[in-house]
Amino acid sequence: MRVVVDFDLCESNAICMQVAPEIFEVRDDDFLYVLNEQPGEDRRSAVEEAVQRCPKQAISIQD
Amino acid sequence: MREAITVIGASLAGLRGVETLRSDGFDGRITLVGEESHQPYDRPPLSKQVLAGDWEPDRIHLAAPDRLADLQVDLRLGQRATGLDLEAHTVEVDGVAERFDGLLIATGAQCRALPGTGHLAGVHTLRTLDDCLAIRAALEGVPRRLLVVGAGFIGSEVASVAVDRGVEVTMVEALPVPLVRVLGAEIGTTMADLHRSHGVDLRCGVGVVELVGEDRVRAAMLDDGSVVEADVVVVGIGVVPNTDWLESSGLDLDDGVCCDATCLAAPDVTAAGDVARWDHPRYGRSVRVEHWDNAVEQGIHAARRLLQTDEEATAYAPVPWFWSDQYDRKIQVAGLTHPDDEVRMVTGSPEEGRFTALYGSGGRFNAVFGMNRPRQVMQFKSLIDQEATWEEALAYARELG
Ligand SMILES: Cc1cc2nc3c(=O)[nH]c(=O)nc-3n(C[C@H](O)[C@H](O)[C@H](O)COP(=O)(O)OP(=O)(O)OC[C@H]3O[C@@H](n4cnc5c(N)ncnc54)[C@H](O)[C@@H]3O)c2cc1C
Ligand code: SF4
Repeated sequence: MRVVVDFDLCESNAICMQVAPEIFEVRDDDFLYVLNEQPGEDRRSAVEEAVQRCPKQAISIQD
Repeated sequence: MREAITVIGASLAGLRGVETLRSDGFDGRITLVGEESHQPYDRPPLSKQVLAGDWEPDRIHLAAPDRLADLQVDLRLGQRATGLDLEAHTVEVDGVAERFDGLLIATGAQCRALPGTGHLAGVHTLRTLDDCLAIRAALEGVPRRLLVVGAGFIGSEVASVAVDRGVEVTMVEALPVPLVRVLGAEIGTTMADLHRSHGVDLRCGVGVVELVGEDRVRAAMLDDGSVVEADVVVVGIGVVPNTDWLESSGLDLDDGVCCDATCLAAPDVTAAGDVARWDHPRYGRSVRVEHWDNAVEQGIHAARRLLQTDEEATAYAPVPWFWSDQYDRKIQVAGLTHPDDEVRMVTGSPEEGRFTALYGSGGRFNAVFGMNRPRQVMQFKSLIDQEATWEEALAYARELG
């Protein structure tokens, strides 16, 4: 699984960081950093929740 | 075993509910009924990118067409639910009673109108894509003087987009300070300053007596005796939940569909999103939340509830959170403020255009407000979730420096 963020859409509101902090981090500069672009399958449901809850629909999963 | 689940309301909460039913393994029949004829779409851009003309409507689909096909849902757009029989387990759609084993109510809310203004062209509310496109077109005309009635979040976003497009904007707010009941006087004043510094003629503590004009609106008479001329009026004075179709159903209705802590309104019936009022364990009372993130989370929770037994069911206890984009500012609030709250500015300042403020009372940490401070809002949101005390929240703020 590959996590892809469309940074043109992302507005750094950090909802994804709440859902999966080991994968998404919004730092003090208020930019989103993807800490792990290829997380293991055990993280799939967390990433799927982040996809659903991102208000900008900026996250997608590429298998 | 359930074989047929019906979801009424084909928008955010309803669609996320349908997705959850499928991802949780429900392989029975799903019917999704929506009054609007458009494919399910996202509302926040209606007062932001779409209104500004930066995005066209095709960018705000909530689900791509192939995704909808994957969900194998009987999507019935342009149809309205008109009644519910709990005993018979039927919902009436366009006059025909249809049986369900499980029902998710996600009919959202509609804008409150300004009484006595229905006959005038040029007077708008903003809830649907059609509303948005009508306002967008109106703002392209000349002369362009916009009156926004109500300085809540939607009205404020409309004002901000209009100012950006070179429209002359007057905003009238009945309260002495915008959003004072939600944000308190100090932060509410910050919001007022933001509008004024961008050239909005904001008048607080005055009400609209009457909108005047023959066929089209021409002006508004205010209760301080003044008159504001306007070519376009956008009324943003709150919403009412869409429960009219449930009036005789026997469901408990009180400014929303009343649910227990698990989002259950009656056996086999749940509700989610703007229409749902539920017993929130954290607050020890019922709440109804009109935020995007809640529609998503509650849509998921209420759909799952339909697949669970009473023993398996869990309470829905989120920390409410929303954002609003105005001018170059991103406003976010997490938690629920309380009228007794003390407000403490912990980082930054309104002058810098970037700050975080905390709300607390009785030793409790209740809410956080951030202006261009997304990371910190989320950090404090976690603290609220952990039921941190006021002292703990302030100590955490000191650590952040
Ligand atoms: C302009 C605008 C901007 C917003 N911006 C933000 C923001 O920046 N941040 C934020 O957190 N929130 C924002 N929101 C709020 C957010 O969009 C709502 O909380 C969310 O849309 C609620 O979703 P819902 O599915 O519960 O209800 P809705 O989106 O209201 O959908 C309900 C659907 O049910 C349909 N329906 C109603 N009655 C019936 C019936 N009897 N039969 C069949 N169908 C029916 C309606 O036509 C509608 O399509 C905004 C809302 C608007 C209108
Ligand atoms: S939730 Fe979406 S918009 Fe927000 S920071 Fe994450 S990717 Fe960006």
